[in-house]
Parts: sequence; C-alpha cells; structure tokens
Amino acid sequence: MKLDRRKFLNMLLGFGGIGGILSVFYPIVSFLIPPKTTEPKVNSVKAGMSAEFPTNSSKIIKFGRKPVILIKTEDNQYKALSASCTHLDCIVQYKNDTKQIWCACHNGIYDLNGRNISGPPPRPLEEYEVKIVKDEIVITKVG
Amino acid sequence: MMKKIGSKLIDWIDERYDLTPVRNLLLHKKVPEHRHSVWYYMGGVTLFLFLVQLFTGILLLLYYRPGEDSAYESVRFIVTEVKFGWLIRNVHSWSANLLVLFAFIHMFSVFFSKAYQKPRELTWVTGFIILVLSLAFGFSGYLLPWNELAFFATKVGTDIVGVVPVIGEPLKILLRGGDEVTGATLSRFFGIHVAILPAIFTLFLVMHLLFIQRQGMHEPEHFKNLPEEKKKYIPFFPDFALKDLLLWVVVFNILIFLALYSPWELGNKADAFASAPSGIRPEWYFMFMFQSLKLLPAHILFLEGELLGVLFFGVAGFIWMLIPYIKVKHRPNWKIQLLTLIGIIIVAFIVIMTVLGYIL
Repeated sequence: MKLDRRKFLNMLLGFGGIGGILSVFYPIVSFLIPPKTTEPKVNSVKAGMSAEFPTNSSKIIKFGRKPVILIKTEDNQYKALSASCTHLDCIVQYKNDTKQIWCACHNGIYDLNGRNISGPPPRPLEEYEVKIVKDEIVITKVG
Repeated sequence: MMKKIGSKLIDWIDERYDLTPVRNLLLHKKVPEHRHSVWYYMGGVTLFLFLVQLFTGILLLLYYRPGEDSAYESVRFIVTEVKFGWLIRNVHSWSANLLVLFAFIHMFSVFFSKAYQKPRELTWVTGFIILVLSLAFGFSGYLLPWNELAFFATKVGTDIVGVVPVIGEPLKILLRGGDEVTGATLSRFFGIHVAILPAIFTLFLVMHLLFIQRQGMHEPEHFKNLPEEKKKYIPFFPDFALKDLLLWVVVFNILIFLALYSPWELGNKADAFASAPSGIRPEWYFMFMFQSLKLLPAHILFLEGELLGVLFFGVAGFIWMLIPYIKVKHRPNWKIQLLTLIGIIIVAFIVIMTVLGYIL
C-alpha cells in the first residue's frame, strides 16, 4: 500500500483528533467519579447506658457511617443489627407490637436475629455483638 | 398607533432577515378537524407546563441553597418567609406532576392514533427521550427539599440502579457522589436538575418541535380515507393557536387552584440515621414500577427479583422507544390490531399497578 502525503496527513490528523478528544474527556470523566474518602475504621461504639434504655424498644446508632439498629427485647436481651435493609438500602425499624424488624419502604420483615422472613429482602441483616461494660452498652463488629 | 409601530417593527426585521418562511408557516399550516382532534392539544399543554417549570424554577433558584445544612432550611424559608414563595413552590411542584401526566396522555394518544409511523419516527423517539428526561427532572427535583420522603425515595431509586450487572454499581456511585446518599448526592442532583437536564431537554424539545413544524399535523387513518371535499381543516394561525391558548389558560387556572387548595408538604428534614417512616412512596408516576418491584419475590429462579424487574422495565422502555421501527402485520379481519392490544395492556398495567400502590 502506497502511503501518499494526503493519506499520511489525514491519518496523523485522525490520530491527533482522537488523542485530543480523549485528553478532553479523560479529565472530565475522572472529575465525575467521586474521590474515595478515607473513613476512620470503627470497630466499636458506645450506645448509652443500659438502665436508660427502655425495654421493648429500639434506637438507631451511628456505627461509623453505617446505621445500626439496637433493640432491647422484652426479656431485656440486646440485639444489634445493621439497619440498612438488604433489599434497597432503606433504614429499618423495630415494631414493638409484632416483635419484628420492619422496613417501611417495601414491607420487608426480619425476625429479631436479622433473618429475612417475609417480603422482598434477599439476605439477612448483618449482626453486631452487644456487650454491657459497667452498665454501658457497647456495640462491636463481629469478626 | 400600537399597530403601526408593530407593523413597522415587523417590516424592519423583514427587510433584514426575510420573514417569508415564518409567514408561510403561519399562513399555510393547517390542522385537520375530526372527532379525535382533542388529542392535538395535549403536546401543547405539556409544552406550556414546561414553560411554567422553567419560569418558576428560575424564581426558586434565587432563594434555594443546596447543601445538607441549607437545602431544607432554604425551602422552608421560601414557603414561610418569602412573599408568595409558597405559591411559586406549589405551582412548581404541581406543574411538574401535571407535566408528566400530560406527557403520558400525549404519548399514548400518539400511540393509539398511530401518529408515530413513517415519516414521524424521529418525532416519536425524541418525544420518548423528552418523557424520560421529564422523569429524570422529577426524580432529581424530588430530592432537592432534602426531606425524609425524598431522602429514602432517592436511596431506593439509586439503589435500584445498583442492581444492574457490571455498570450498576459504578453508576450508582456516580449518581450518589459516593457510597451513600449524602450532601454530595444533593449537590449532584441540584446540578443535574438545574443545568444538565435543562440543556439536554431543550435540545430534544427544539428537535421535536422542528420535526412537527416541518411535517405538519398527522392525519389519522379514518380522516385520510375521507373524500377530499369532506376533509375539514382549520388554519393553525390564528384559529388553532387561539384554541391552544384558551386551553393553556384553563390549565393555568387548574394549576393555580391545585397550588392554592392542595399545597405541597415539606415534611421532616432528612436524617441519615433515622428509620424510614411508614408510607414511603415515590411520586405517583414511578408508582407502577415501584409496586411491581414490591410484588416480585426476592428470588426468581437464580436471579434476584429486583434485578429481573429492573431489566424488564429497561428493555420494555427501550422497545417502546423503537415502536416506529417494529413492523407488525396488519390483519384486516382482526377487530383490534396487535399493537393496539399491547398498548391497552400497557395502559391497564400502569393504571392497575398505580392504584394498587395506593391502596395496598
């Protein structure tokens, strides 16, 4: 194949053009991807005094940037589970009448061990460990 | 006096820019008159509502401040402190809803009258893109007041994007501006709502309108088959334009009535560490999809129900956009043609799912 001057210049222009376009789009696409923020690794959080926490109730605790639901059952047992519904990420709540964990978004229901028992959630809620240290509730990540 | 100044001004422009094409369009464009003429007005109403959105949106922009600590507060300021702020916000919210409603009506009327067929394929495609952009407008605008309902609706909506294989997760992070719905998401949605979408929307709207002006109004089958002398037309200008305008005034009044008597709630400020309140639901035009996803079991065969639902709606929407290019054999002995039947099933599905969403 004979490469004449015109073809050569066209090719040069073509490659240059593609390079030019890439060099414009690469920074733009990179700009759109949010930078990774380093979050402090949280292994345990304190969740208040045990005595002040009413029986058969719950509260949402900040575990780093993740919500965790802490439940004090009727027989004064503590349960801590990830509060993000495994279905579509809504934050679940404790129903003190049915003694179940309920997600209002799509009617997903979990039992107190976090098992998905009804509705659309595909997986159980992740469990956290609860310890009482000098009457203070401490939630720890398992494993 | 005014008339004289007016005609002088037109002469001045005409001399320099030659207004013949505009004059031809105004004088010669005609609109067929038949028993289904009412559907010709639906696109116009949608256009009017878009103009209302543009205008009220710009006004709201003067006071709205995006940000986790300021968005909710600024909307509250607009509706409680700013004079007629409540009115502008209510009109903006109501008009958004009516816009989507009329866009749907417009789309289905075009579908059932087969106006999308050759040579109007691209009018249909641009129209469908405009509808999708309107839904994106609705979705992004919904988050801006940063209230509880909007927060969880956005969490769910963006999480749904995440279930799509391969591209889902990166796309979700791109939309949210991070792993979670946070102030970063709000900033993004604000930018999308007030800059990116209006730019793209305007582009497609201009194309859509140009196509319509270039090709004129569609004549349905029964009208086309009439003998020439029985075909009735009205001039676009001023007859049709004035009728259009009258309808715009009627819609404007309905809009103001709704804004006055059914104000839009602001609700509670979003809290990333609070349980989703009961009664979480998306805006009504997403309800049929929301409800369908809700009714799907967690797993279908080896796939997650959610994924199957999302893929189904994605593919269905894409096929719907390409309807003008799909050839279905016309069967003269069938009472209802196949495509019409599919259209009826789709409308019935949307209506039933929407109603179920509100009563279940």
